Amino acid sequence: MAATPQTLEELARTGERTGWVAAIVDFARQRPLGAIGAAIILVMVTMAAMAGLLAPYNPLETDYAAMLAAPGAGHWLGTDAHGRDVLSRIIYGSRTALMVGLGASLLGAIFGSLIGVASAYFGGRIDLVVQRIMDVFFAFPVIILALAVVAVLGTGAGNVILAIAAPMIPRCARVVRSSALSVREMPYVDAARAAGYGHPRIILRHMLPNVMAPILIMATAFLGEAILLEASLSFLGLGVQEPTAAWGLMLRGAAVEFAESAPWMAIFPGLAISLAVFGFNLFGDSLRDALDPRLRTQ
Amino acid sequence: MIPTLLGVAVLIFVLLRVVPGDVVEARYLAQGSQFQSQDLMNQERAKLGLDQPLWKQFTTWMAGIARLDFGVSMWTGSPITEEIKLRFALSLQLAIMASLIAQVLAIPLGILAAVKQDTWVDYAVRVFSIAGLATPSFWLGILMILGMLIVFKWIPPMVFTPFWVDPWQNLVQLIWPALAIGYRYSAVGTRMMRSAMLEVLREDYIRTARAKGLWLKLILSRHALKNAILPVLTVMSLEFAFLLGGLVVTEQVFNLNGLGMLFVQAIAHRDYTLTQALVMLVATFFLFVNFFVDIAYAWIDPRIRYR
Repeated sequence: MAATPQTLEELARTGERTGWVAAIVDFARQRPLGAIGAAIILVMVTMAAMAGLLAPYNPLETDYAAMLAAPGAGHWLGTDAHGRDVLSRIIYGSRTALMVGLGASLLGAIFGSLIGVASAYFGGRIDLVVQRIMDVFFAFPVIILALAVVAVLGTGAGNVILAIAAPMIPRCARVVRSSALSVREMPYVDAARAAGYGHPRIILRHMLPNVMAPILIMATAFLGEAILLEASLSFLGLGVQEPTAAWGLMLRGAAVEFAESAPWMAIFPGLAISLAVFGFNLFGDSLRDALDPRLRTQ
Repeated sequence: MIPTLLGVAVLIFVLLRVVPGDVVEARYLAQGSQFQSQDLMNQERAKLGLDQPLWKQFTTWMAGIARLDFGVSMWTGSPITEEIKLRFALSLQLAIMASLIAQVLAIPLGILAAVKQDTWVDYAVRVFSIAGLATPSFWLGILMILGMLIVFKWIPPMVFTPFWVDPWQNLVQLIWPALAIGYRYSAVGTRMMRSAMLEVLREDYIRTARAKGLWLKLILSRHALKNAILPVLTVMSLEFAFLLGGLVVTEQVFNLNGLGMLFVQAIAHRDYTLTQALVMLVATFFLFVNFFVDIAYAWIDPRIRYR
């Protein structure tokens, strides 16, 4: 209390700033792999945000005079069978990948954690029933469930997000439930009940914030997988549809047919997928280590 | 296991039928004549049993499964058991080869990384395995074909040769997709093997074994591996989905007419009966794998006993 308000304020401000910068520098120094991942993600987000400025061509514009053109001064990464610029399509494809990835993991994390926390909170018979239903979903391998949902809803970006979120929900719910079980035993939950708060309020305001770490970890870990799944579905023709620029779609059909004469069509989009997923995995791993050492099993 | 499978059956049955559009429409669309008279389409539906109430369709289907009769494909009209039998051997062989490759890669690499922790060997193995997780197996497949085309001017034959007809030809053909799937699958195992091994190597009995002068090789194989392999087995069986996912996309790249390809076609055609049968097959297989791994625990680790 000896310090004057002015210096205190200053102290707080500088503390805040160095706190942020220091945290980032610390993170980069202690977890170089995580920092590399973060850098890749940053590049990808920039690409998606400023696609209009960065892309040299319109990704949908066909130019039959420059079909299957080799990488060169005009088209840095060459063109595809319709004469569309590969680089521009990769840049715009990052939008599709990020949109589907973020959308699916957000949806999956929200519904999964709500189900998980509610299941742990209510316990008893409700918990049992919810767990049995989750078991049913677990009997499906991820891609099979995603394909089944696509079979039902049809293709297109919006449906692909739902299809990828579907297998995410039970996985998130199971992890969150196990963390929420211990939170449920905390005295403050009983206190909230005693204070007469309703179930939704206790679940949303008291329990959910305390299981945020596993939710965040699950969501980041799933982002990479979601991007990969989107690419796989699009590659099978059951995901995002032409002419939208999407990495998995770029590897479909002509890319394989003309692999020998125009290998750039097959190489660069795949490289983009791998790098993006690589980035998210590295970052997710480091985040997990930093946030929750207990989950450090893999 | 039975209630779970029943749940799977109900789920897939309801899922497929909640949304408008069915195999009859899909077939006319494919033929390019989408404006068929409603009567004709209803006749077709009646032939397939799609006009009956849902509960009746479901009980008919369930009764069939109880007799191991999966009905006929709504798209081709041939019995589903025939359709599956044609392709089952190929996919099974691919799955077995891929998991063998995955084990052969994962276990030694994981041990190596753990023993040489924090050296360049460790880093190389870790980057190799994280890259494996990040690389889609279909792209890996495309790159393999591309590489062989450019270097050897040769690609694996696109027409499938069964193992019993010409084993060599068969292996030459299937080793590539198996590698593409197996590499990705191995990444999960390598990471787990490394961390499990690191934990075990810190145990007292390992120090004792070293103190009494045992060879490192013997310590690793006799003392450490046996204790570290259990979690690896768990993760590999839980991530069995990697293998199946790999099958679905990789068969497409190598033009292999397996179950994965059949599944994709069934979905594209909205072929209810075939999709249902395949989903049930996969779910059953998946549950059985997990069940056998549970049993294998007791065999590998005698401390675990089930009552």
